[in-house]
Amino acid sequence: MAPTSRASALLAACAVLALTGCGNIEPWVKPYERQAFADPIMSFDPHPISSSYMHHVFEAREGARGALGSAGGGCGCN
Amino acid sequence: MFANPSMPEPNDQSRCTSFWHALFVSACLLTALLALTWSQRAPAAVLPEDRADVLYHRYEGGGVTIHGPSVLVRKKMAEKYSVSASYYVDMVTSASIDVEVSGASEYKEERTQYGLGFDYLRGKTTYSLGYTNSDENDYEAETFSFNIAQDLFGDLTTISMGFSRGWDVVRNVTDPTFEEDIDRWSYRVGVTQILTKTLIANLGYEVITDEGYLNNPYRSFRYKNPTNEQLFLLEREIYPRTRTSNAVALNAKYYLPYRAALSGGYRYFTDTWGIEADTFEIGYSHPIGPWTLEFAYRYYSQDRADFYSDLFERRDQQNFMARDKELATFSSHRVRLGGTYEFAPAGIGFIKKGSASLFYDRIEFDYEDFRDARYSMDVSAENFVPAGEEPFYRFGANVIQAFISIWF
Repeated sequence: MAPTSRASALLAACAVLALTGCGNIEPWVKPYERQAFADPIMSFDPHPISSSYMHHVFEAREGARGALGSAGGGCGCN
Repeated sequence: MFANPSMPEPNDQSRCTSFWHALFVSACLLTALLALTWSQRAPAAVLPEDRADVLYHRYEGGGVTIHGPSVLVRKKMAEKYSVSASYYVDMVTSASIDVEVSGASEYKEERTQYGLGFDYLRGKTTYSLGYTNSDENDYEAETFSFNIAQDLFGDLTTISMGFSRGWDVVRNVTDPTFEEDIDRWSYRVGVTQILTKTLIANLGYEVITDEGYLNNPYRSFRYKNPTNEQLFLLEREIYPRTRTSNAVALNAKYYLPYRAALSGGYRYFTDTWGIEADTFEIGYSHPIGPWTLEFAYRYYSQDRADFYSDLFERRDQQNFMARDKELATFSSHRVRLGGTYEFAPAGIGFIKKGSASLFYDRIEFDYEDFRDARYSMDVSAENFVPAGEEPFYRFGANVIQAFISIWF
């Protein structure tokens, strides 16, 4: 199986497994125990304007792309 | 032209397989999303805060300087709707190695990008629409995107999926009759999971397909000069007209007991041009009084595209020929240092709080099969090196971002 197919199959399996028990999952971290996630330093993207720019910087100079958020079109980087 | 049997063309079968896998995953998640949207009514998800950012960015490296402003504004309405608008400019001055090797002189150009976004929150579901338009004198790009995100399992889990469609127009300033199109499609799914009281992780997967004129109309590949093999000649690159890529990324963030955050991430990338890439990132944020200091390190490495070569044997060696260093084998290291200073924490007038940030990134690129062809351009030069024996190219770049953010 190609690496991409493996990745897709793994993701599909995770999604199906995650969804099979939709009905009775008890949240194991209660709402009152989540104060750490309310702290701005725990945001995955605390500075959207900066991360969007850095994605563009890398995408214009690397072959890889995607799975990191959108950086828009165009280039101006040759 | 002659096909080179050792250079496979992009594999249609694997592209289709990846596409159907992505579609299957998307369909599973969409079904689940819709079912859950209708079955759960408790309010939970929130829209992003009202915020305005003004940023100045500057990139300098490899003979290229790019700088300009960027603005992002977001505003909620009735706690159900949110609109955002963005503006971004790249002012480019370029005398890159590609420009020098082609014999051209330094050029200047400008790219302007506008973006609009709209979010609608209903229960635990957020629907988002986006539009961006990018314009420069020889390139136009338009993108529409749609995303849906759903909180699940007592809000420990957020699943999301999205689709984007883009249309680009490629032109050439030296040839007014030249005009080509690119169609782009992107499909993505993601899961964000609170794992413990202090650990959160995100898994994302994205498939992107492009179809059309994927070359840079100015860039050339080089091949050995048949009359003197110490020299090279240039010819316009020839790319396949399709490309499909797959990327899967896992990111996590951990809250340290003394109020600091540690983050880590990995992305695996592969595409039908034969490029495989790995990206590793770690980061650390540490608040001290009104300051938050940040440190980050990123390592990236990739293998070359199947049809990339630094120096082709002859002009018609194979169907597709490229010498874009973006398609070469290389690695890069990035180190970031930065800080954010929070001001007016109690608010002033309509401003709830504000912050000023300064980030500096140093990036080092090391190429393993892209040589510095400037050494073999002039046989009479003192530092002349024959084509194919030049040192490998490497360069460093400095990236600076300074921005002000206000919450209102």
